[in-house]
Amino acid sequence: MTDWLALSDEEWTAIRLSLRVSSVAMLASLPFGILMAYVLARGRFWGKSLLNGLVHLPLILPPVVTGFLLLVVFGRRGAVGGLLDHYLGIVLSFRWTGAALACAVMGFPLMVRSIRLSIENVDRKLEEAAGTLGANPAWVFITVTLPLILPGVIAGMILSFAKAMGEFGATITFVSNIPGETQTLSAAIYTFTQVPGGDAGAMRLTIVAVVISFAALLASEFLAYRVGRKVHPA
Amino acid sequence: MKETALVVEVRQRLGSFVLDAAFTAESGVTALFGRSGSGKTSLIRVIAGLARPSAGRVSIGDDVLLDTECGVFIPKHKRRFGYVFQEARLLPHLSVRQNLRYGRWFARQAAPADEFERVVEMLGIGSLLDRRPEKLSGGEKQRVAIGRALLSAPRLLLMDEPLAALDEERKAEILPYLERLRDESLVPIVYVSHSVAEVARLADRVVVLTNGRVEAIGTPADIFSHTSDRRDAGAVLMGRVTNIDVAHRLVTVGLSRGDIIVPNANVELGREVRLHVPERDVLLATQRPLGISALNILEGRIVAIEPEAEGAVRIRVQCGEDVILARITALSVERLALQLGMPVFAIIKTVALQR
Repeated sequence: MTDWLALSDEEWTAIRLSLRVSSVAMLASLPFGILMAYVLARGRFWGKSLLNGLVHLPLILPPVVTGFLLLVVFGRRGAVGGLLDHYLGIVLSFRWTGAALACAVMGFPLMVRSIRLSIENVDRKLEEAAGTLGANPAWVFITVTLPLILPGVIAGMILSFAKAMGEFGATITFVSNIPGETQTLSAAIYTFTQVPGGDAGAMRLTIVAVVISFAALLASEFLAYRVGRKVHPA
Repeated sequence: MKETALVVEVRQRLGSFVLDAAFTAESGVTALFGRSGSGKTSLIRVIAGLARPSAGRVSIGDDVLLDTECGVFIPKHKRRFGYVFQEARLLPHLSVRQNLRYGRWFARQAAPADEFERVVEMLGIGSLLDRRPEKLSGGEKQRVAIGRALLSAPRLLLMDEPLAALDEERKAEILPYLERLRDESLVPIVYVSHSVAEVARLADRVVVLTNGRVEAIGTPADIFSHTSDRRDAGAVLMGRVTNIDVAHRLVTVGLSRGDIIVPNANVELGREVRLHVPERDVLLATQRPLGISALNILEGRIVAIEPEAEGAVRIRVQCGEDVILARITALSVERLALQLGMPVFAIIKTVALQR
């Protein structure tokens, strides 16, 4: 009776791959996300609005367009992809690492937005006070700014992870839909809906997707509560 | 202590406001005194390295921290100047203990073993150590902020109106700690304030700033007994606490001649204190008055009669080694036929000396 709930090996593979791609996308983009958020929140330079627009581009462009641009730039014969392949032997197109890159790019604006908002909320007088106590700018960032923006950083990470779990258009365009290599949860569901009798599999994976997303959301709420209580006491 | 003299010289244009001030501060408390907008905060921010003026020089001993001519600018975290802001600015994600230890972490040399306990005891913050900053009252926060600055091993302590954001009760709570700090700490202090009462009590030297310029430099007694400002003028008397009347919440302070009774403000017996006696709160009588509520009647001799603007006259009365100022009307001078050398009684209400 509950047989239809049992996941096949291929489905497990897709789930594991999705989790790996999303985690790698989230963690790898985090340092860049914090740096970009800091530059956008604090920096004053020519072309800042241009940079801001560039960061937000994946949010507005059709995902297929983003995927195609990634293919052009990071494909084996692309400007950057060619160099990576030639000098470092790194190939992104049609690999799970490429899927992670696509997911990271798509989630980047969400992550930057969330972190940037929290940096803008930091009371700079506190950083000034830490400076007078002998902390150099790097230590001020590590001991004052970072702890104070932690709720925003966590929110940004969860948003990026959630975006990666749901990413479909850019990923399938850039790295295709290869089972075991680039077939993520979303792509697997899509594949099921394209074959006769695939509804049960699609439903199983849908349930898994809902559970994972919900767990991520709860975890972020809990973490944000724990950290927020410390940083922004009522 | 001579090598630690702080020499400051700043020229800075901020819109239509021009800051052009120079002064030297040695050990003890140097107060930068002036109305809001007189440039005192701009000046102390330059000393701390929080602001960079267009022209100026700041040095402490042989160490040059700012010299715009030679392009020298030592950033704030390398100056080792403790800074107490108007708001406490405690780090909200750290406990009181961690806040206190924060500066020590960046100071190169190890702390003297008992320094932490000594500062905590002096400021009376021992029971707060494990609390979070948001659980503290305004006065407690400011005491922790003072302790935090002290524990960062500063060679100079900068205080920018540390009491201005507090109500009268909190001010009265902290002032005795600041007096202890002045008497027990070897670190020179630059204290910014617009409050005569604070400056008169704490400062060894006063730098008066008006519209970005240094108007006068001198001891509090000098400055406040010569200013033409009606609200600020008065005598600054030195004395020692000789008696504490707990029942009536009063303290007796022995002056060079006679005693003066002031409201209790958490002082211990034998401590040297300074009193600011505003000239407008002093009455004069030619005979010892009887049946009067004022507790302080000091006998003295008129040493100066100085006519001021608007029919007011400033009378200086010598009582022992102290000179008390009284501001009375020209009419009163005529009616009482006050003359130089005349013996008079200066009457001061105790409640007017609320410290």
